[in-house]
Amino acid sequence: MKKFLSIALILVLMLGVFAACGNSAKDTEDENNVPNNEAVGDLPDEGNETVSGDTIKIGMIGCHTGDYAQYGLGVKNGATLYIDELNANGGINGKQVEIVAYDNKGNNQEAITAFNRAVDEGITALIGDVLTGNTIAVVGEAYPLNLPMITPSATAATVTYDDETDTVYGNVFRTCFIDPFQGEKMAEYASEVLSAKTAAILFETGNDYSVGLKDAFVAKCAELDVEIVSQEGYATGDKDFKSQLTTISSKNPDVLFCPNYYEDDGLIITQAREVGFKGIVLGGDGMSGVTGYASSEVLEGTLYVSGYAPGSTDAVKAFEAAYTEKYGAETLNMFAATAYDAAIVMCNALAVAEEAGLEAGTDEYKQAVIDAIRDNSAELECITSSGYAFDEYNNPVKDAVIMKVEDGEEVFVEIF
Amino acid sequence: MNMSLIISQLINGLQSGSVYALIALGYSMVYGIIMLLNFAHGDIIMVGAYVAWLAMVNFALNPILAIILAIAACVLLGVVIEKVAYTPLRSSPRISLLITAIGVSFLLQNLAQLVFGAGSQRVPAMISGPSLTIAGQYVSFTAMITIVISVVSMLLLTLLVQKSKMGKAMRAVSEDMGAAQLMGISVNRTISFTFAVGSALAGIGSVLYCCAYPQASPTMGSMLGIKAFIAAVLGGIGSIPGAMIGGFCIGLAEAIISAVGLSVWKDGVVFAILIIVLVFKPTGILGKTMTEKV
Repeated sequence: MKKFLSIALILVLMLGVFAACGNSAKDTEDENNVPNNEAVGDLPDEGNETVSGDTIKIGMIGCHTGDYAQYGLGVKNGATLYIDELNANGGINGKQVEIVAYDNKGNNQEAITAFNRAVDEGITALIGDVLTGNTIAVVGEAYPLNLPMITPSATAATVTYDDETDTVYGNVFRTCFIDPFQGEKMAEYASEVLSAKTAAILFETGNDYSVGLKDAFVAKCAELDVEIVSQEGYATGDKDFKSQLTTISSKNPDVLFCPNYYEDDGLIITQAREVGFKGIVLGGDGMSGVTGYASSEVLEGTLYVSGYAPGSTDAVKAFEAAYTEKYGAETLNMFAATAYDAAIVMCNALAVAEEAGLEAGTDEYKQAVIDAIRDNSAELECITSSGYAFDEYNNPVKDAVIMKVEDGEEVFVEIF
Repeated sequence: MNMSLIISQLINGLQSGSVYALIALGYSMVYGIIMLLNFAHGDIIMVGAYVAWLAMVNFALNPILAIILAIAACVLLGVVIEKVAYTPLRSSPRISLLITAIGVSFLLQNLAQLVFGAGSQRVPAMISGPSLTIAGQYVSFTAMITIVISVVSMLLLTLLVQKSKMGKAMRAVSEDMGAAQLMGISVNRTISFTFAVGSALAGIGSVLYCCAYPQASPTMGSMLGIKAFIAAVLGGIGSIPGAMIGGFCIGLAEAIISAVGLSVWKDGVVFAILIIVLVFKPTGILGKTMTEKV
């Protein structure tokens, strides 16, 4: 019995080793042009037959297997969808775009290995990584090379900026917005669309998300001449907000900004109405799902900002239809859409460098691509935003989605 | 800060204070009779909230029926806990009882987590009515109803304890269990009755709590229970009027702390009150000094 057990264990171990080998194998076709049906098997035939000198290679690294495969595959498929369309229309300056995709399994070490392998194969730009931790690991490798990269999904501020050394990683961009940006957007929306003159805030003091959104909201309000009449905090786990809300309500602000998560927001909004607050309640994407935590009467008219709403605009609908047809709906998520945008921004920038007649892989070429991402993306028709601008930390200044609670449903209002 | 704002904040304090007072009564009564700090008391509230939620959301029952069911479930649970967990240990050292109470509390919390999930559930509105404006002062219906119901419950409880035969038995058992037994009082029945009354108050507290904070979560009872316990200690544990005073004091203290902008320190201040009371006046506001019988 013991012997049997040890043999079984050895077999399992060996299987694990083989599986690992199998997984780290390249996702794309190998040199013999044997298409790998998992990755880019759908590429037009011309794509596979072009000589490598005539192609532009874009790396795509992400967690295509494992716990977060949903995100990784969404990103890969979303970006691939655009590149396939581009190739079908003649590619960039007559050159086809070749995707070099590697799975990092959500592991930082694998991400670095995958990145180095992709660089050895001659990628000129990278779309990825997907998870924040993996992306930070890859940035550590890509920054010294000044390789242009766009992550569609890593939201941490440290991905593009190292606050210890005060360095902005100039080569790193993203097409998802970072959390605090929502506070800025909501302040703009309150001022421009809701014509709010006064605002109050109730936020969770120990929560980075909450504090980040609050700070951005306050800063933007100061710019827009919206007066913050009251700023109240609460501790994690609090259920009673009536005292703070009574103070807020007594100042009668036009809007109340609640940059918290949905459970707390449900309680806050219920109690705000109970103490007689009549203004509009605003929130960030953490409020998504609030309809399950307060009654539809008290929530009516509540607004929150988000990065993406399924089925919102015609562009999003077209994207979702094309994506579902090709890859199914399972991995269709917000990051598939931002990856599609990342591919648009990246290919546009590559086109600029190609048109300038620079040689791929040279320092001038990379810098030209980076400059073009930063300077030439504002007019692009993307699906989650009409154009991308980037701030001094390479974080995007882009459109957001405004959602509203109506009759207990969270509905899309507009792209703002 | 103007006058009307101060009044609003005081009403907020009274509202949460009345819930604390109702729960503190349960602590105090049980302590008075068997010298047990029933730490599972807070979790009885949690069960009450889930029963109300189940009745209204899953079985689409009338809110009044849901309230009655919630209170009935609390009473039943309180008595069952007493029979199953505490009665067999009545002659054991008090520390065993205390640890058992903590164990029951964890059992209920984790059971709820297993059955209902770790997230919170929204409890639909049980009582609703028009909000009033008294002397230019906005007062919500739930705040009024909460304060009124708890004051009425406390008056009824006082009557029960002071005037009824069962109340007399309760007082007798709490004074001297052995002597009461010799006088022909059924100690077991009296103790069960005490648990039932305490749990019924917890049930009422649970319903009122859900009106103000309409979410049920597996751990909602722990903080609520601890604060009610502090209220009971502040008022003088074992004393019924003390529990009411303690509850209102804690509620008001919280409201005042939040009103002056120190809401983050709310819990800290409440616990500081506990420490101060234990250091300077361990018997609480209305507690009497008991001489240890040898």
